[in-house]
Formats: sequence, C-alpha cells, structure tokens
Amino acid sequence: MLRLEDLKIPNLEPVNLTIEPGECVGLCGESGSGKTLLLRAIADMDEHGGQVYAENIAQDQVRAHEWRRRVMLLPAESQWWFDTVDQHFSMPAKHIEALGFSQEVMGWNISRCSSGEKQRLSILRMLSNCPRVLLLDEPTANLDSSNITRVEGLVRSYLSEHHAVAIWVGHDVAQLERVSQQQYQLSDGILKQVGAA
Amino acid sequence: MKTDLILLTAPDLMLASMLVLALIGLGVRLGLGVGRTLTIAAVRTTVQLLLVGLILETVFSQAKLTWIMSIVLVMMTVAAWEILARQKRKLKGWWGFGVSAFSLFISSFLITLLALIIIIKADPWYTPQYAIPLLGMLLGNTMNGIALGMDRLVQTAWQQRSVIEQRLMLGQKDRDAIREIARDSMRAGMIPIINAMAAAGVVSLPGMMTGQILAGSPPVEAVKYQILIMFLVTSGTGFAVITVLQLIIRRMFDSRERLRFDHLLREPR
Repeated sequence: MLRLEDLKIPNLEPVNLTIEPGECVGLCGESGSGKTLLLRAIADMDEHGGQVYAENIAQDQVRAHEWRRRVMLLPAESQWWFDTVDQHFSMPAKHIEALGFSQEVMGWNISRCSSGEKQRLSILRMLSNCPRVLLLDEPTANLDSSNITRVEGLVRSYLSEHHAVAIWVGHDVAQLERVSQQQYQLSDGILKQVGAA
Repeated sequence: MKTDLILLTAPDLMLASMLVLALIGLGVRLGLGVGRTLTIAAVRTTVQLLLVGLILETVFSQAKLTWIMSIVLVMMTVAAWEILARQKRKLKGWWGFGVSAFSLFISSFLITLLALIIIIKADPWYTPQYAIPLLGMLLGNTMNGIALGMDRLVQTAWQQRSVIEQRLMLGQKDRDAIREIARDSMRAGMIPIINAMAAAGVVSLPGMMTGQILAGSPPVEAVKYQILIMFLVTSGTGFAVITVLQLIIRRMFDSRERLRFDHLLREPR
C-alpha cells in the first residue's frame, strides 16, 4: 500500500493519493508537468513537504536508503557503472526469461547493450531487490511491441504475487488503461483522476 | 668533513639569468608565446625568494614565537587559497576555504609540531631553522595532494551524478554510492608522493637532501633527514586527503542521503 498525504513539491498543488495492495496507478501529463519530480519526491530523492507512507511506515521513520529499498524508482534512463551486467545485481536476478533474455545475459558487457536491452535489464535489476512500491518512469519508452507486452505482463504478475503497488508514468493512454486500475493526469500543477477500471 | 660554503655572488646569478634571457629571446623569435609568462615568473621568483630570504634572516636572528606563528599563518592561508584556486568546480567560498585550511592544519601543522617536539627535539621546539623549512616542505606537498584529490572527487561526482543517483535509487547507502569515486580520488591525491618515494635516489635526488649536501653535510646525514621528510610528507598527505574527502562527501549528501551539489558548489553566475 502507498499513501501520499499533502505531498508538496514546487509548482504542484498538495497531492493526496492512496494505492491499495496489488494495484497500479497510471499517470500521464505533458513533459515538464512534474511527473518525474513527483516520483522523485515519493522516493525521497528531492526535498519535499507532506508525508508518504508505504505499508504504514512513514518515510521519515526509516533511513533514506531503507526507504528506497522499499519504494524503488526506475528512472527513464537507466545508469550502469560497472563492466558487466551481473556486477550491478546485489541479489540474484529473477524473471530473466519473462523479459525475453536467456541466463547468459548476466555475463554481457554493458557497453554492448542497446538502450532497449538496458531498459529491460534495469527492470530486472529493480525487481531483484523485491521492492514493495514500484515507481516506473516511462518503463517501456525504448521497447518494441513484443517487449512492451512482456514488461506489462511481468509488472502485473509481480504486483499481484507480492501485493505490491506501482505508479506507472507514460504517454500512451491505451497502455495506462491496460496496466493500471486508476488513471491520473497532471496538468497545470493539479493531479486529477481521469479514469478507473 | 664539513667544508666551507662557497658563497654565490650577484654576478654568478647574473650569469645564470643570462640563460633564462636567452631562452626568452629564442621563444619570442620562434613565436612560441612563452616570453611574457616566463619573464613574469622569473621576476616573481627572484623578488619572492629575496624577500623571503630577508624575512627569514630577521626571524632566525630573533627566534620569537609570535613572529614564527605569524609566518606560519601566512603560509597556511596562502596554501589554502592555492588549493581552492586549482579547483575546476568552485566550492562555496568560506566553506571551501575552511575545509582546505582544516585539512592543512591536521596534516602539515600537527605533523610538523610532532616532528619538532618528539623526533628532532629542537630546543626551543619552534627553532625557526627547523620549523619553517619543515612546515614549508609539508605544506607544499600536502597542498598538492589535497588539491588533486579534491578536484578529482568533485569533478567525477559531478560528471557521474546520474550514476550516483541511480545507485541511491537502488537503495544503496550514500557512502556506497560514491565508494569507487572516493577510492579514485584518494589515489589521485597520493600518486605524486608515491612516485616521489619510489623514484627517490634512483631517478631523482630530492631537493632538500641536495641542498644539505651542497651546504656541506655528510651525505648519510642528509639522507636521514630526507627519509624523515618523506615519511612526514607521505603521512601528512594521506591524512590530509582522507580528511578532505570525508568532509566533502559529508557535505555532498544531506541527512536523507540525497545528492546535494547545491550545498557544495558555488552557484554558476
């Protein structure tokens, strides 16, 4: 479960939002409307006002890195700093085949991965840490249609299996309706609900 | 063994300066564009060193603690400014100065004090013939180490800020997210002195030792002093670089383990 109480970030009305276990919220809005900043505030990557709860644990109740292990942000552009894929995993990777890779992918050299491969690998890297809240910033922006379907399926099964929650930021309204139970839009600094399944 | 010092006269120095003048002349003729800077540097070194010679003669003849401490203060302030001036990304004014000055104090000042009191046992401990050259050598070397380590840390962290943030997003502690960069910066700060130790005596004859030998000291005595200096300089540089890296890393992250260059760097104009 994720609950935002009067979450305040610059140029945005205070945000109140509750996401029930197993559910996903879709979030759209023009570039620059504050979607990424909202996700960063929930992950406590930027200063902000208000309170965020994940499973009734308040953000300021735990150390920041412990919070981010539970509430994990997947940035639009993933970063890699070691030479090979497996060096970036602190836990053994799961769901490798579900995203269309074979086990050998863990030995791959980062410099030879395409942007789409890096995006799928970054999703595997995130899920290997077993986060309770997934903050997904355009997670399928660089993917072809068959991989988009794989990622959508993996996120859906992860949420129901672990009773986790997600916020999925994207531009494709049809996709947001497929993956989420409620859809919100950010415009002119206001978060408003635009749909629900 | 002690031989009389051969004193240099003004004409001797004139002869040496002819070499520099010849170099400047050649540079100008070939249009290499070093004439101006070379002239200024040569004049600076002459004037600065003559002044320092005069000041030291006075101080040495007086050996008053207040005089020596004021010289020490000037040396340390200039060294701290030099460190800041060599940074590509400018740290916030007084904070940056404070960090440089504090780490110089920890390394150069305290280690010089220790060497004077416990190892050399000069009497009184602030005997300027020992205190000032010793501090000068330590300051000169630790200053380099601090400037290099600091520059590497801030530069690399700035260039790799997305990587650091990605690692934080994956739930790493702030210290872990910057570990490799800190290690790299430590190496950058220590490389000059490690090179100097490795090459000492084989590739290069260290300046202080050469000086003592020229002044008539038996080589083995000069060598002993040189080894002492090498150890002091190495430990001083190491402690200084560690201190400065710790202080900057603490400042770079806030209590919620967020990357905060706004706390560290001066706003671009």
